[in-house]
Amino acid sequence: MPLNAVNDFVIRFANVNGSGSASANELFARAIMRMGVPVAPRNVFPSNIQGLPTWYEIRVSEEGRLGARGGTDFMVAMNPQTFNADVISIEPDGYLMYDSTRTLPPGQLRSDITVIGMPLTAICNAHYSDPRQRQLFKNIICIGALSALLDLDFAEVEKLIGEQYRGKDKLIEPNITALHLGRDYARAHFACPLGLRVRRADKVGDRILIEGNAAAALGAVYGGATVCAWYPITPSSSLAEGFARFCRRFRHDPASGEARYAIVQAEDEIASIGMVIGAGWNGARAFTATSGPGISLMQEFFGFAYFAEIPAVIFDVQRAGPSTGMPTRTQQCDLISCAYASHGDTKHVLLLPEDATEAFEFGADAFDLADRLQTPVFVLLDLDIGMNQRLCRPLQWDDARRYDRGKVLTAADLDRIKEFGRYTDVDGDAIPYRTYPGTHPNKGAFFTRGTSHDARARYSENGATYVEGMQRLLRKQETAKKLLPRPVRRAAAAPTRFGAIYYGSTSPAMTEAAEILARRGHGLDLMRVRAFPFHQDVASFIADHDFVFVVEQNRDGQLRMLLVNEIGIDPVRLVPVLHYDGASITARFIANAIGGSIDTLQVAPLRKALS
Amino acid sequence: MTYLAKPKFHHPSLPKNALGYTRRDYEASTSTLCAGCGHDSISAAIIEACFELSIEPHRVAKISGIGCSSKTPDYFLGASHGFNSVHGRMPSVLTGANLANRDLIYLGVSGDGDSASIGFGQFAHAMRRGVNMTYIVENNGVYGLTKGQFSATADRGSKSKKGAVNTDSAIDLVAMALQLGATFVARSFSGDKKQLVPLIKAAIEHRGSAFIDVISPCIAFNNHPGSTKSLDYVRAHNEAVNRLDIMTGREPIFVDYAPGEVVSVRQHDGSVLSLRKLNDDYDPTDRLAAMNFLQRHAAQGQIVTGLLYVAAEAADLHDHCNTVAVPLNRLGEAELCPGSAALDAINAGLR
Ligand SMILES: Cc1ncc(C[n+]2csc(CCOP(=O)(O)OP(=O)(O)O)c2C)c(N)n1
Ligand code: SF4
Repeated sequence: MPLNAVNDFVIRFANVNGSGSASANELFARAIMRMGVPVAPRNVFPSNIQGLPTWYEIRVSEEGRLGARGGTDFMVAMNPQTFNADVISIEPDGYLMYDSTRTLPPGQLRSDITVIGMPLTAICNAHYSDPRQRQLFKNIICIGALSALLDLDFAEVEKLIGEQYRGKDKLIEPNITALHLGRDYARAHFACPLGLRVRRADKVGDRILIEGNAAAALGAVYGGATVCAWYPITPSSSLAEGFARFCRRFRHDPASGEARYAIVQAEDEIASIGMVIGAGWNGARAFTATSGPGISLMQEFFGFAYFAEIPAVIFDVQRAGPSTGMPTRTQQCDLISCAYASHGDTKHVLLLPEDATEAFEFGADAFDLADRLQTPVFVLLDLDIGMNQRLCRPLQWDDARRYDRGKVLTAADLDRIKEFGRYTDVDGDAIPYRTYPGTHPNKGAFFTRGTSHDARARYSENGATYVEGMQRLLRKQETAKKLLPRPVRRAAAAPTRFGAIYYGSTSPAMTEAAEILARRGHGLDLMRVRAFPFHQDVASFIADHDFVFVVEQNRDGQLRMLLVNEIGIDPVRLVPVLHYDGASITARFIANAIGGSIDTLQVAPLRKALS
Repeated sequence: MTYLAKPKFHHPSLPKNALGYTRRDYEASTSTLCAGCGHDSISAAIIEACFELSIEPHRVAKISGIGCSSKTPDYFLGASHGFNSVHGRMPSVLTGANLANRDLIYLGVSGDGDSASIGFGQFAHAMRRGVNMTYIVENNGVYGLTKGQFSATADRGSKSKKGAVNTDSAIDLVAMALQLGATFVARSFSGDKKQLVPLIKAAIEHRGSAFIDVISPCIAFNNHPGSTKSLDYVRAHNEAVNRLDIMTGREPIFVDYAPGEVVSVRQHDGSVLSLRKLNDDYDPTDRLAAMNFLQRHAAQGQIVTGLLYVAAEAADLHDHCNTVAVPLNRLGEAELCPGSAALDAINAGLR
């Protein structure tokens, strides 16, 4: 019995890299979204260049499930190289569409799936003579066929094509024709629609579909970043490139054409962070975007900026490590290396957005925080957030918002005060005052150094002076906690002894998993941490539960390590749930892991809640 | 505690420059380097150059790496901000600082270990980017601060204090700077203040990457027979190509040497470099010839000093980036933030 589902299935396109399928696939996803049905698209691309396999997966979910589900209900197998594996990966009773121009050798197809042979190449060859056109329109013909098979609103698809080629009107017509070719063939040869289908709903609202890296780049623009220094690395490059794109659009003086920003593609990550720190020291808002290997290289400078108290913003789009690891696969494996980056006793501020909207918000906030706290601020994204389009809340900006440049003394301030001490804790919040170079002819200049220094920035190896400085840096973390985004807590339907802590891209899968578990009778309170150092609420949350699952995407349980280390709790009460194969974590995985654990933990019935 | 504040005692009869500053205004804390270290002479030359140029001391940002040489910014221009960065990374920090505020004068101080070894990449890229700065390498052929290891500028065959012979060939930072596109390239000697001070002045006035390699003998670890960076060796092998006078555009320009002996190069800001030729065949505006000249003399064991190359109309990194004239660190929300309406339009395009 073929799968039957409305607005709830996973479709996957197996493509050849460089075949021009990306925009057609996105068109398809967006058309479903326009019908008011939430979509969660994901790129699955091995670390390779032209000619090798890539996949594009869309989870269609009226309920709004945005996490990866796992499994494929409908496979569009356009890559001969991966054909066999793709067919095997289809869920029982699922569907397969393939290019039937050439017949497949017998025995390759499964008997339980519905096979749709579309002679895509033949249709293309019959209608187009230009080889490039044949390739490109094949993708559109395919979308046309799918639209008929899955019952998409054709008007929406056509409208999207019109929007996509706005200004290039000559391209609209032939694309629409290709779309019709696919639709008409499908209608003539298959029973349309299939058991899987899309039906107009009203579940998208005002949400937008945007990549995390693009949103973070916009955050940097809105947050007032003027200097960007970076070195290309997957999956962070599109963040810096996005910043360049938005700056070209928004930051050129209309009259003179001059740029109100500077972007340097540095020679390496060490130089990138050096430039960011130099710019931050000199009063500009500056950032870099990188990934794990870049974080490794930047370590010495992180320690410097921490100790010399210089603002800097670092976007780390995490990928699978160690070493070069899996460059195009997602993980959350830089938590420890960022939190404690560099030698000696260091501790940094981390922001942990869950999606593109938060990447925008935290991206902008990071600059205020870095200036306010005079320290590096890391925004930790991952490939799953950064390089996939995610349905999320629209980006918002309050025009009344003013940049918080932190404690910076002007020449007038310097004239007023008796004595300037760069590292003096004047206000008791452990944040000292700074001056930008060139501010005043004879007051406020100081020497910035990575060697230990006294309150007036003078070199000092005096033990007491050193300890005093280090203690103040620790106290600064307490101030930071008050400024950072608070964790988000969500209670189970009924009191429970179990909690789960997670962060970032785990969010949608975790939410879904909690619902699956609730249906199985396992209530779970949730806490999503959004920043490090941890807010007091995190400790309270753990205290409120007998066992807390710490769900994250790395082998060693880095979030759990940080919790144990920073909050000082009995590690036994923190149960690791770890997913680190490089694919996005799924609700199925989390629910199975936690469900299995709960069964073996043998926790006594809840007494606390009853008393 | 090695910080030694210098007493601020102003003698009323001290000569003043155009802005009314005395030399003392360009000094800072007392040096803690070895007595007689070449680096201290360079600090003195920097003080002299800034005094003579009537620079407002606080308009200078002095940035260094790590090493004895990189400690020196503590010993001059006490009224300006200093930045003692990490080993070999002065150029990137300076580049970032320069991008943030194009209005200051950037002075980068580095050692040969700092620039030719760990920081070789950053040195190269700062040169090719045309960062507007004066980049001074205090070149002693050794690692001073870590006590006498060979640096990458030590000549092949030269000897360490303990008698070890260097078997690696040397990196010539001047040749590199020429090759990498620096628009002002010079070499001097810490013991030749007459040559060094005008070179520093000219480098400061130059817009673009100005590089000066200053041979600066390390008294403690590299001033023995067998070293090619010792005082005696450099004095004996110094071949000066020119002497420099610099006149800023604000002053009347005059040339008091007979034509033929003097080359004048007009700079971006209107200042004029007038070069008294010591070498008849030397043309400091010909990059290729400069490279040739340098290599030819190096082969003869000569250390060529003077202004080796200068591009008259150089562009700097800000020109390449087309940045606004207002320093980026001064821009506010109005200039930087596209506002909610633009964001609404972006949102609309993503539905
Ligand atoms: C990453 C790193 N590696 C090594 C050192 C140790 N170190 C300090 S100064 C120095 C060499 C300095 O030599 P140079 O730049 O020639 O300066 P000099 O002391 O000779 O003036 C080294 C290797 C360091 N500070 N940082
Ligand atoms: S060790 Fe050498 S370079 Fe360092 S201060 Fe002494 S003389 Fe100068």
